[in-house]
Amino acid sequence: MPYTAELKKLIKIVEKTRPARVERKKKGQEFPTIPLDEREKILKKYHPDFKSGSRRKIRVGPNKGYAISHEVVDILEARSRVDPNKIDLSRVDYQTDILIIGGGGAGAAAALLAQQHGAKVLLATKLRLGDANTMMAEGGIQAATKRGKDSPYYHYLDVMGGGHFVNDPKLVKTLVLEAPKVMGWLEDLGAMFSKLPDGTLKTMHGGGTSRKRMHYAGDITGAEIMRTLRDEVKNRPTDIKVLEFSTAIELILTDQGQCAGALFYNLETEEYFVVKAKATVLATGGSGRLHIQDFMTTNHYGATGDGLVLGYRAGVKLKFLHTVQYHPTGAVFPEQAEGLLITEKFRGAGANLVNVDAEQFVYEREPRDVEAAAIIRECSPDVGKGVPTPTGKFGVWLDSPMIDMLRGPGTVRSEFPGKDILFRRYDIDISQEPMLVHPTLHYQNGGLEINERCETSLPGLFAAGEVSGGVHGENRLMGNSLLDVTTFGRIAGLNATLYAKRKSLKGKLTLDHVRKYHRALARAGVKTDRIAPMILPDYSNPEVRKKQLTTQYQGTLR
Amino acid sequence: MVAQRKGKKRTEQTGKQSEGKKNLVPIFIMGQKYMVPDSLTIQKAMEYAGYQLVRGCGCRGGICGACGTVFRMPDSYRVEVGLACQTVVKPNMYLAQIPFFPANKAIYDIEKLSPTGEVVAKLYPEVFKCVGCNVCTKSCPMDIDVMEYVARAIRGDVAGVAELSFDCVMCGLCAARCPAEEAQYNFAILCRRLYGKYLAPRAKHLAERIREIEENRFEQSLQTLMDADEKTLKELYKQREIEPIMAEEDWTPEDNSFV
Repeated sequence: MPYTAELKKLIKIVEKTRPARVERKKKGQEFPTIPLDEREKILKKYHPDFKSGSRRKIRVGPNKGYAISHEVVDILEARSRVDPNKIDLSRVDYQTDILIIGGGGAGAAAALLAQQHGAKVLLATKLRLGDANTMMAEGGIQAATKRGKDSPYYHYLDVMGGGHFVNDPKLVKTLVLEAPKVMGWLEDLGAMFSKLPDGTLKTMHGGGTSRKRMHYAGDITGAEIMRTLRDEVKNRPTDIKVLEFSTAIELILTDQGQCAGALFYNLETEEYFVVKAKATVLATGGSGRLHIQDFMTTNHYGATGDGLVLGYRAGVKLKFLHTVQYHPTGAVFPEQAEGLLITEKFRGAGANLVNVDAEQFVYEREPRDVEAAAIIRECSPDVGKGVPTPTGKFGVWLDSPMIDMLRGPGTVRSEFPGKDILFRRYDIDISQEPMLVHPTLHYQNGGLEINERCETSLPGLFAAGEVSGGVHGENRLMGNSLLDVTTFGRIAGLNATLYAKRKSLKGKLTLDHVRKYHRALARAGVKTDRIAPMILPDYSNPEVRKKQLTTQYQGTLR
Repeated sequence: MVAQRKGKKRTEQTGKQSEGKKNLVPIFIMGQKYMVPDSLTIQKAMEYAGYQLVRGCGCRGGICGACGTVFRMPDSYRVEVGLACQTVVKPNMYLAQIPFFPANKAIYDIEKLSPTGEVVAKLYPEVFKCVGCNVCTKSCPMDIDVMEYVARAIRGDVAGVAELSFDCVMCGLCAARCPAEEAQYNFAILCRRLYGKYLAPRAKHLAERIREIEENRFEQSLQTLMDADEKTLKELYKQREIEPIMAEEDWTPEDNSFV
């Protein structure tokens, strides 16, 4: 759908102010940034996290009393998909050294490192290997690789500032020190990063970065990393067994309190099966498909927070789940692309955000939460300068044509090939016309508590990537999630292997923790027919559903 | 105590459609007719029709390659393609998804390969079977000139294959329709990895930085930050010098004590 006549008229206004804005950009005259204390105010007033009534306290489990989004509490205050008494744990279907749950960036990285250190690996994933948010990350991966102008010191400061200074310092230190090594590892695996002719990695700014340290592969950085890791996992079939369309239902423990694998469900044959492992890595990713506060999401179809449920029932604490990341720029036009991620790299390359009157209203590289809040403010009745969409929503312009004016014709096409083709399908040339954007649900800032070795409080259970919490504090910066999954995926794979060599499983397999959790729900007065993990979101048509007279739904699944 | 929420409705995806005006059009999913709103993508239209997708649905954002779809319009013999999550329905289209195709995937140790056409030819000998029909290019939902990169592979131009295939989402539609039974998308990633590892110039600054880290050069400065109280940390954060957006590659900060 090309822009409507009304929107084309509004684009004319953007075109009018564009040359002056480009000139200012060239001279380095940026829109003023929001000071730290002001940030606080705008977040409190406009960020969805602070909307009254948007959180409630969890009534059971290790974080009892912790107030987080209703949608997450809903899956935590839910019953298991199975009656533990029906599961025969004496029949083990697969036995392995390392079980990895999740086939995204963290899972694949963990599998490779575990295999490299001599472990037999079973990687089980809900959809296909590589079907994950990693694949969808566009903009880049941060690492302080540029000597003379950047170092882990500044990366550390940026991460802490973005996360409101509450991040776990040890995790942050690990992240920034491992970052260049991860880049070296990926280069060695043959990932095609964008480079200058002499081999220097191209880098850009992201929101909240003090130095240009976002490395990228066109505008499909995550896809490039994921398809490379996936290819490598598939090249080691003797040691890494991959089970697709196999989704984890519960962790399995020993009666001595070790993690000993997991119970799975085959989404195609609908069988349950038991995997016994000496160590387990949870790498199940995030939860955008819970549609917190009914926001649209940039996330993968399978991002339903399953790992949070599994870990929490087994006693692992949650951290930093009280903040949710809304990506400042999701598409709001055309309707078919609503919610779709428009990478921050556009702003890193110099594109302004402007309102309906084509005025700048925010510096375009604030940390994501601040940036998102500023856009919501602009579209709110308080300011009332949002651009109305044909579906009755509001957005602001992301002025991508500036990039060709700043960096030469053809830059948008060469640096943003993914978005270029996507919008061309809708007859929109983003090197000539701006994009209409609004914040969209993007990232689970928090998750299961881990230490810098990716250990959880449950012996034998490791976690890495979006399912874990701490490294990003209350707000992740752009380019640090691809870094997170690769860094901590590798660490989890290595440490799980070391653990498996050191410790043996003792005692009988059990799902007692699930029984206990069910009892705790009853004691807390939680009466619910909700079932978790959710596995897939419910996009069924209510009209069709009414006529499915003999169909049974287990939660959202048919 | 527990905040009460009103009956929630998913604003996302198909649920949203019930709100606005709907202009229904017929589509044929594997031959069966369904009436669906004309603004939906094929993926959302299938959900609207009553499907719960397990196969054939991934990122829903046009990059994972899970939802390759073939379709035909009734007035044409031509088979068209698209990603179901990106392609808006057309009235009377006949469609089927091809969520998986069992294409040949060579197993190799990237460390032991050289970046040559011979290596590609050895791992994927079928590459030479190309008959030049161009169906692969016509089948690519990402508008990649697939046949051209097949030709480059035949010529042994690994870098050419890597560059031309860069946008590939590995949906497999090219392989599904290839009369020569090639696995274009699989030898394309082999070439991209060979290019990235062996042919693209290495990042020297990266190797040097890794060496510095291994020599523990940043331990002390990081320790200072880890030990700092919040007030000091905030002060250091505020003071940090920002590299200008239009700065050239050789820009250096005024304070270089921590770089």
